[in-house]
Formats: sequence, C-alpha cells, structure tokens
Amino acid sequence: MLKKIRIGFSIVLLVLITLFFLDFAGILPLGFHSVTKIQLVPALLALNINVLIILLLLSVVFGRVYCSFICPMGVYQDVVAWISKKFTKKKKYTYSKAKTILRWTIFGASVISFIFGFNFLVGLLDPYGAYGRIVTHIFRPAYLAGNNLLEYIFSSAGNHTFYKVGIYGLGLFSTLIALATLIGIGLLAWRNGRTYCNTICPVGTLLGFISRYSIFRIQFDDSKCNSCGLCTMNCKASCINSKDKEVDYSRCVTCFNCVEACNRNAMHYAPYKRSKKTSIQQPQENIDESKRRFLSATIITATAATGLLAQKVALPLDGKRSIKRNLPIVPPGGLRVDNLQEKCISCHLCVSKCPSHVIKPAFMEYGLGGMMQPRLYFEHGFCNYDCTVCSDVCPSGALLPITKEEKHRSQVGQVRFVRDNCIVYTDETNCGACSEHCPTQAVHMVPYKNELTIPETDVSICVGCGGCEYVCPAIPHKAIYVEGLKKHNILEFKEEKPEEVEVNDFGF
Amino acid sequence: MHSTMNHVFGFPGIFSVLSLQKKNTMDRRKFLKSVAITGAVAVGGKTLFKESAGMDILTQTFAGSASAATVSGVNAKYDLVAVLGGEPEVMFRKAIAEMGGMGNFIKKGDKVVVKPNIGWDKTPDLAANTNPKLVEEIIRQCFKAGAKEVVVFDHTCDDWRKCYKNSGIEAAAKAAGAKVVPADQGSYYKKVSLPNGKKLTQTMIHESIVNSDKWINVPVLKNHGGAQLTISMKNYMGIVWDRGFFHANDLQQCIADVCTYEKRPVLNVVDAYRMMKTSGPRGKNESDVVLTKGLFLSQDIVAVDTAAANFFNQVREMPLSKVSHLAKAQELKVGTMNLDALKIKRIKL
Repeated sequence: MLKKIRIGFSIVLLVLITLFFLDFAGILPLGFHSVTKIQLVPALLALNINVLIILLLLSVVFGRVYCSFICPMGVYQDVVAWISKKFTKKKKYTYSKAKTILRWTIFGASVISFIFGFNFLVGLLDPYGAYGRIVTHIFRPAYLAGNNLLEYIFSSAGNHTFYKVGIYGLGLFSTLIALATLIGIGLLAWRNGRTYCNTICPVGTLLGFISRYSIFRIQFDDSKCNSCGLCTMNCKASCINSKDKEVDYSRCVTCFNCVEACNRNAMHYAPYKRSKKTSIQQPQENIDESKRRFLSATIITATAATGLLAQKVALPLDGKRSIKRNLPIVPPGGLRVDNLQEKCISCHLCVSKCPSHVIKPAFMEYGLGGMMQPRLYFEHGFCNYDCTVCSDVCPSGALLPITKEEKHRSQVGQVRFVRDNCIVYTDETNCGACSEHCPTQAVHMVPYKNELTIPETDVSICVGCGGCEYVCPAIPHKAIYVEGLKKHNILEFKEEKPEEVEVNDFGF
Repeated sequence: MHSTMNHVFGFPGIFSVLSLQKKNTMDRRKFLKSVAITGAVAVGGKTLFKESAGMDILTQTFAGSASAATVSGVNAKYDLVAVLGGEPEVMFRKAIAEMGGMGNFIKKGDKVVVKPNIGWDKTPDLAANTNPKLVEEIIRQCFKAGAKEVVVFDHTCDDWRKCYKNSGIEAAAKAAGAKVVPADQGSYYKKVSLPNGKKLTQTMIHESIVNSDKWINVPVLKNHGGAQLTISMKNYMGIVWDRGFFHANDLQQCIADVCTYEKRPVLNVVDAYRMMKTSGPRGKNESDVVLTKGLFLSQDIVAVDTAAANFFNQVREMPLSKVSHLAKAQELKVGTMNLDALKIKRIKL
C-alpha cells in the first residue's frame, strides 16, 4: 500500500514537472510552477521558509520521503531501474557499504564553492536543476519535433489544431551537460538503483543526515524475519543488510520496496524503536565526524552568506569574446548579476518557458561559476514588453517575480547604436526597423539627409528588450545592440496625456 | 500550348486570361483546375461560366490597376469610397454598399484571405493592429457573398500567439467563421517572382495568399518610423517572410516592388477608426492614438494609401513625398496617386 501511494504520487509529480517544462502552448496554467518551488535547493536559495519547514518536518517525521516522492531526479532513476528490471528479470540489488567520506566530500565541496560565489557545482549536482536541464535540452526538442510532426499530419488533412514551433539550439555546453547527466545517472540507476542519490547528490547527503534521526523508519521484525534477503535484493538504495538485520537510514529513501517484497511481513515502517540487538547502525565516531563536518559547513555558510549579501562580486569577464556585448544581459527580475549568480541553479525553467526564445544558458559570459545560468540573447526574438513569465516561474529566487508595470520600468540592458553599420547611413535608404520595434521609443527616428530619417537613442528610457537588435537588418554586423548591466536600473518616464484631436474632414 | 487548347476547347477567352496570369509562377493545380472547369463549361454550357476559376483570375489580374472600377469589369460606381464618423463595422457596410456590395468582389466558392495588420501584442484601443470589429464584418460579408472559406493571418512582429489573442482579431475572426492560421515559420511561405520589381524581384509569400482565389487587404493607418506611414502597401510586409531584406535594400522601393505581385488584393480597406499618429508602428501608449473614425476603400492600392496619407496629414504633417513608396508604386503602374482623376464617394455619418 505504502509503495503504491509512493509510486502514484511520485509519477504524478514527475509528469507534472516534466509537462510544465515541455508545455509551450500554455496548456498547464502558470500556477503549476509550484511543482518546482517545492524542490529543496530552490526553496533553500529563495529562502522559501514555508517549503523549507514542510520539507524539514517531512524528513524529521518520515525520513527521506523527499527523495522518493518529490525529487524528479529520484523518480527518474526509479523509472530507469524499473525498466531495467523488465530486461533483467532476476535483477537483484545487494547491500553495499556507505561511501560516507565521498558523500560528505562532495557535499562540502558544493557548499564551500557556493560560499565563495562559485555556484556551478551546486547547480550541476542539484537533482531538480539537473533534471530540469535534461527536460529542457533533451526531452523538449523531441517534444517540439513531435508536435511539428503532428502539425504536419493534421494540417495536411486540413485540421489546424496544431501549429509549428521553432526548435533552437541552446548552447553546446549546457546540452552536453544535460546529455551526460541523463546518460550518467541513467546508467547508474540501470545498474544499481539510487547510486547517485547516495554517493553524489548533496541533497541526498543532507537529507540522509536528517533521516538518521527521523521518527518513522523501516524496521525489522526480528520475530518474523528469517534473513531470506528478499528485502536487500529489492533495495535500490543498497542500504539493507539483511544478514545483520540493519538498515542504513542515511541512505534509505523510504521507497517501501522492502516492505512490499517481504514474504513474512517482517519489514515495517513505523515510529522507530531502538531494538536491543541493532543498537546503532554505524560506529559512533563516524556520526560525530559527519555531524561536526555538517555543523561547520552550516556555520561557514551562514557567516559567508551574510558577507556575500553585502559584497559586490567583481565580474570575471574577459573582453575576448566574439560577441560585442561586454556584459551578459540578466533576464527581467534578475535585478543584479550577483543576485542571479548566487541564486540560480540553472534548472532552465526560464529557458523552457520563455515564449520569445530569448533566454539561453551562458557559457563563459558570467565566468566559470555562472556557466549554464540564463542570459538574454536576441537571435530568434526579443523580450516581449508585457511578458513576465521567466520571473514568474523561477523557483529559486534568481529571477524575482515582477509585475508588468514593474517590467515596463525596469532596464535590463542599454541600447548602443553603431551608426557606421546603419543602413540609413551606408545606403542612404529608409529603414527604421529598430525604432519600429522599440516599445518606449528609446530608439526613435530623427531627420537625416533629404527626406530620410536615422535612428537616435535615449538610453534613459531603454528597457533593453532587444527588439532593435533582433530586427536590425544590417549585415554582417548589426548597427544596434543591447549592452548588459551589472545591475538593472529603474526607469522614470514622463507622463504623456492623450491629445484631443477633432478630425472632421477627409483631407483630400 | 495555350493556343492548342484554345483551339481544342474553342474558348479563346479563358486561355487568354490564363496567359495573363504569369506563366512562370502559374500554380499547376490551379491551372489543371481551370482546365477541368473550362472543360465542364464547354460541355455544360454557359450557366457555369459565372463560377469558373478563369473568371476569378480575370478579376484578380486586372484588379488594382489604375482606375479600377472601369478596367476590372467590377460593377462599382466609384474608384474610392471614404467614410467618416461611424463605428468600424458601420462605416464598412456603408462603403461596401457604395461599391456595389461584396458580391462584386467575392464570388461563390471563393477561397478568400482577409489580411489585417496584427503585428503587435497590443489591445485594440492602442491602434497598433486593425480593428477587430472591422475584420469581423468583412469576413461575415465574404461568407454572405458565398466565400467557401476565409483565412486570416499576419506575419507578426511580436509573438504571434500573443498578437492574435490580444489584438482581439483571432476571437473576432473565429466568431465570424474564419480560419486563423499562423505565419511564424518560413515553411508556411512559397517563393514567388516579381518580374516588375526593381530591388525585390522575388520573395516568399504566405501559402494561404498564394493558394487563395481572392484576398482582401485590411491595414490600419499608422505612423511608421521607417516607411513614414504604414497603410495598405506596407501591410504587404505581413504576407512576406523575409522582411529584413526590405529594410536592408531600400525599404520604400521594396514596398512598391512587392505590390507588383500578380495576385492583387480585390479590395483594400484602410482602418482609420483609431489612428496612431506618433511612435508608430508599435506605439508607446494611448497618447500616440487619436480617435479619427475614418475608413477608406478602394481597389487601387496607391490611391487608397494616398487618400489615407492625406487624411493623416490633417493630424500630423506628412507630405506625400516623404511616403515615397507611393510615388515608386505609381511609377511601377501599381496604381495612381492622382485622386482628382478618380471617382470618389465621400460619406460623413
């Protein structure tokens, strides 16, 4: 029963999270982004206290239910392991010793690098973020291609339910990382179940630590158990030592497979009673060591985080990139480069959700620590003036929710006009495509030779949407582009009243 | 080939008309269809003649040339109708009645495209897009005149889904029974040649126009940073795929060139109900918009745009010389700027 509940719940959540990433047509309301906000690391970074308290309570009471019920990467591994069972009928898991040192080393490295403003490792290892990237970079193109195939079939038959969608590359680096994650974690899961969760995943390590003291735990009923080993064979976390009738609670993800597998009803999930025989699962000193390490890491995090808030991070940006932008453009709601760098785990939900295709993972634009974090680019579109989707869906507080009005007054970048490249200047013909697209007329046309008009810019009212850059037809070098900012600015606009104009004649 | 067929079927008229349709871009399906229908006419007698594709092509080919009413054989009393002072749909009803009704332009069984300006993710009160009420009324009249289907699309500047929705045009068009199709992918477009174009000699045009029997051009009158004004001719930039080429290769000339595309709109209906006088074509806010309650209707695209430009000039100075695609189109014999030579009906409501 418990296993069935777990499977039902986790599959529904996995499907919802995946669909929310895939859904380009807005079938799922934007409110569904809460399926990503309940994830641990995003909640931690966004300081989403309610979610954190609930997750902590869940772990304290029930153990690592997060890993089995909520974490999409965990469920992905379960799906892979389940499929592998279909191929190898007699698949058996075996008990293995905990890789405590490795786990805590990776955990420590993630935390310490995060403290020093290098968020790449946390972003790389966080299971939700990693799963988000898999969906964005691997599943989503397939989903879009499937849509386009359906569109072709239906439209050929005269039915216009479907419409074609553009499929764009999102940068080799992030795509390769996503592919490596998909295959790497998939292979581990295929062979040994939850290896990733119990050796690499920092969230697994943290929750494993808490779970060792949880109220409800999997326990042996000594009177019924005949040490047949069925529980061990079915434990994808490899944490049940049926010989000694011991469970390593730091690795148990409370999947209830053992409970289901036991023929003699000797495994049960109940408030923990310390049995005489199984006094303690691990040597005392080991606990102390890891506890000490955890505490020190926490303290370092706390002290450094406060320091970080006040600190202005110097941008490790070199000037040698082929793009002319000196600074990357932080998406709306990102406020500052350092805010984004600190909070973003590169789940790429904003990348998936952007209806204008203007968010792309960075390579080195933000420096090493900011690899894979989102930036604006204007190859396939420009940032819609009224759209706030990215800031609405961001689960980790890297992009903070903004209203449409706030967005209209928010400057994410500044326009730069390069007259020497402009068609009006070089060809002496009308163009004005940039000004056409400008929502605030920060780019406007002023008289030039003869009857021609040429762009003039006013950065004080530029929102940085990139409409001008996207549409500028000058080749090979655009005549207008948007330069990024370290910190978004708030714009002031003069109020303009509509004129009352009476037109009573035709004029011809 | 044509002469042989003329001889075989004994219908010289039809095939001469087919010859008028440019040989190099002749759609094979349409040609076969014409041949089939011609065959039917030959067998069945004259009653079928009214509905023949050949006749459609006849109308299409001549429509839009100078002084449309007299040349195209359309039974309209006027070359241009201008209406002031009503709601969009009311003004259109008046104007089309003066033109002899929609039946003059749309025949039974026609596949029609109504092409509004839906370029921007803006609500109707901001006048960046054609008024949805006008679009709806035109579609209804097309169906009343016997249109088999009416398709609506625009190659938008903002995200097309937002534009279609927030302009109110998708809902209005669907309410009137039209099909609303996307135009955001290059694969929807077909290559056509423009042998009379100066800078633009070929371009990609949306398949629904290429495949249509008739199309109606329904722009909104706006100020435009590049072209100075955007009216009917500039609205063509919403039926082509590569707009960048226009901007990069003498925008004004390319606008004139694209209007030489052989399949001319059977009607140009200029929406000047609300008019964006400044910051066009996108506009910043309602301060750019004035309520002018105007509507202009003509088969002659240059004439209707000239009239609309003069109308605009009353609100904000806009000499015709600035809107230089008008003169360039006149030079290409797309239409005339000489309004004095036309029969114009002016109506104030």
